[in-house]
Amino acid sequence: MSSRNAILQRLRHRSGGELTAPACDFSVLKRPDWSTAEKVDLFQRMIESVHGEVHRTTDADWVDRVAELLKTRGAGNLLISKASSIGQTLRKEAGTREDLPDLLVYDEAIEHWQPELFNTVDAGITSTRGGIAETGSLILWPSADEPRLMSLVPPIHIAVLYASELYGTFHEAMLAQRWHEKMPTNALLVSGPSKTADIEQTLAYGVHGPKELIVLIIE
Amino acid sequence: MMTDNSPPLHKIDVKQFHPRARAAIHNPQIRQNFRKAMDGLMSKRTAAFEGMDLETLRDLGSNIRMRALANLPDLLEQLEQKLTENGIKVHWALDADEACKIVRDICVARDAKSVIKGKSMVSEEMELNHYLQERGIEALESDLGEYIVQLADETPSHIIMPAIHKNTGEISQLLHDKTGTDLSSDVNYLTASARLQLREKFRNADVGVSGVNFAVAETGTLCLVENEGNGRMTTTVPPCHIAVTGIEKVVPNLEDITGLLALLTRSATGQHITTYFNMISGPRKADELDGPEEVHVVLVDNGRSSIYQDDQLLDTLKCIRCGACMNHCPVYTRVGGHAYGTTYPGPIGKILMPHLIGLDEGQHLPSASSLCGACGEVCPVKIPIPDLLVRLRQESVDGDKLHPAKVRGHGSKRNSVEAMIWKGWGWMHAKPGLYRLGTGIAAKFRNLQPGRLGGWTQYRTAPKLAPKTLHQRMKERQQ
Repeated sequence: MSSRNAILQRLRHRSGGELTAPACDFSVLKRPDWSTAEKVDLFQRMIESVHGEVHRTTDADWVDRVAELLKTRGAGNLLISKASSIGQTLRKEAGTREDLPDLLVYDEAIEHWQPELFNTVDAGITSTRGGIAETGSLILWPSADEPRLMSLVPPIHIAVLYASELYGTFHEAMLAQRWHEKMPTNALLVSGPSKTADIEQTLAYGVHGPKELIVLIIE
Repeated sequence: MMTDNSPPLHKIDVKQFHPRARAAIHNPQIRQNFRKAMDGLMSKRTAAFEGMDLETLRDLGSNIRMRALANLPDLLEQLEQKLTENGIKVHWALDADEACKIVRDICVARDAKSVIKGKSMVSEEMELNHYLQERGIEALESDLGEYIVQLADETPSHIIMPAIHKNTGEISQLLHDKTGTDLSSDVNYLTASARLQLREKFRNADVGVSGVNFAVAETGTLCLVENEGNGRMTTTVPPCHIAVTGIEKVVPNLEDITGLLALLTRSATGQHITTYFNMISGPRKADELDGPEEVHVVLVDNGRSSIYQDDQLLDTLKCIRCGACMNHCPVYTRVGGHAYGTTYPGPIGKILMPHLIGLDEGQHLPSASSLCGACGEVCPVKIPIPDLLVRLRQESVDGDKLHPAKVRGHGSKRNSVEAMIWKGWGWMHAKPGLYRLGTGIAAKFRNLQPGRLGGWTQYRTAPKLAPKTLHQRMKERQQ
């Protein structure tokens, strides 16, 4: 008999007899119906408490903020996606202004430029599928246009979050966006920069992923 | 000393718990490292649950896990079907050896020479690194704590914080000796140098091996909880990802993970959420630019289906591996994780390991407890750990005639003299006349009572029988 069938058979012919499944009441996860302003405040407080950085901005101004934030950090380049509106806006703006760093487009398979991504990219910018106020989390669904490593390998990750897309809780976000119907190859909650406390419980940032997480909240 | 030279797990004699515990208790460094860490973790956990209805939340956690276990075989089949539809290859392993062999076969088929690992307790259970290394495949841990422990040729002393037994000085010396990192007490510097070393390894690894926190049957999704990003690297950068998981980790619905995640991170490290919650539902699609081209899942039984047979022991399988029980355990805090000599230390280890290694091999585990009950009180999924410890103690002496012992190696601590004493005790207590006669005689000859009673009187004075029995005193009062 295969191991699969042996395991399943043991589980099916349980000597203690059939088990009854208890009901699960998820209402304990519910939080008050926060207004958007309250959600933004809570999100900011939570993500700042874990070393994330938040800037509130608008559709008209966010490129200025990106330019300014990267300039103060001395970033020489920024990794963008090819087709997203963020990538397209940045490329369009780059033609008319000098203060943006070099824009690198993630448009070929990682195998062709892996050393470059790991060694020379300073920052990456991605969209989000909303955020979670209660825990200060960003929802990321990497895609063909915004590949997984964009938000992981560069030392600085900038994420663009629309205030109107903030949810109270993870539970609420998952149900509202009907995740159970179709999950992408990879979905992420990101709540702050990469960190560790493995050396004597002392916090250190950027152990494997980004050292800095900057969230631009578009209001 | 046990810290710096603790042998690899496969060479540890679990039965030697007492000498290891004694050595740890007399090692001020260990005492200090653990005390400091556990105190911090306990207060962080309390703070993280502030303002939440913790008891109701724990009920939810317990119900989610129990609902999953109640339908375990169906859910595993559903999970297999969904994962397969998503393009993930599913393997089943009866025991640790078979699981290791599956991983190795995948590596061999890909001509893989190096494996990078994300944190996985199941792979520790399998002793996968050792297995692969003996067969010429390099297996490198990438979680910083696991990396440190591996460099030191040790095993994790805590399931969430593997290197908690070491302080900064010890780690700096280790990194200096093994990797040439400059000696430093600056944790940021040490972390940054490990980042550089490991980034090279991620880039060049042929295979990434990770664990799984929850596997969702409904969507065929593997969930990983982490702070460092090494889990994301492990599951994204190498061309092949192998996830190893115990068969009990499956839950029916995606919704279930919201309840478990809310409990897991707060219970484990006092975080409202970890930096990354990574949900993987398939390999790289044709139009995607990164991610592994192959994803495998190894569903490992290794004793779990035996635990599953018994209604009481079943609760052991609800565990979501948060480590809160060890953080709150007075025994664990004093002896540290290595004293147990098992993959899982602390209270969860005491109720889980006897099933994996037998109650004969793990005979000291259920009794390494004061039964204070703290572990049961903090368990996010309400595993009645103290009750299970008592049950295993009974099993280890075959002490319950009404419920025959089931765990492998049961009865290994049965001592015929002790059994006879308890038999006599039971007999005497069932006969009032005999009981009075017996206690009356005992009270009369109380001065003949020995002053030393084995281990009990090593640190305590022996209890002395009262000059008069309770019955005699009650009688006097009524006169």
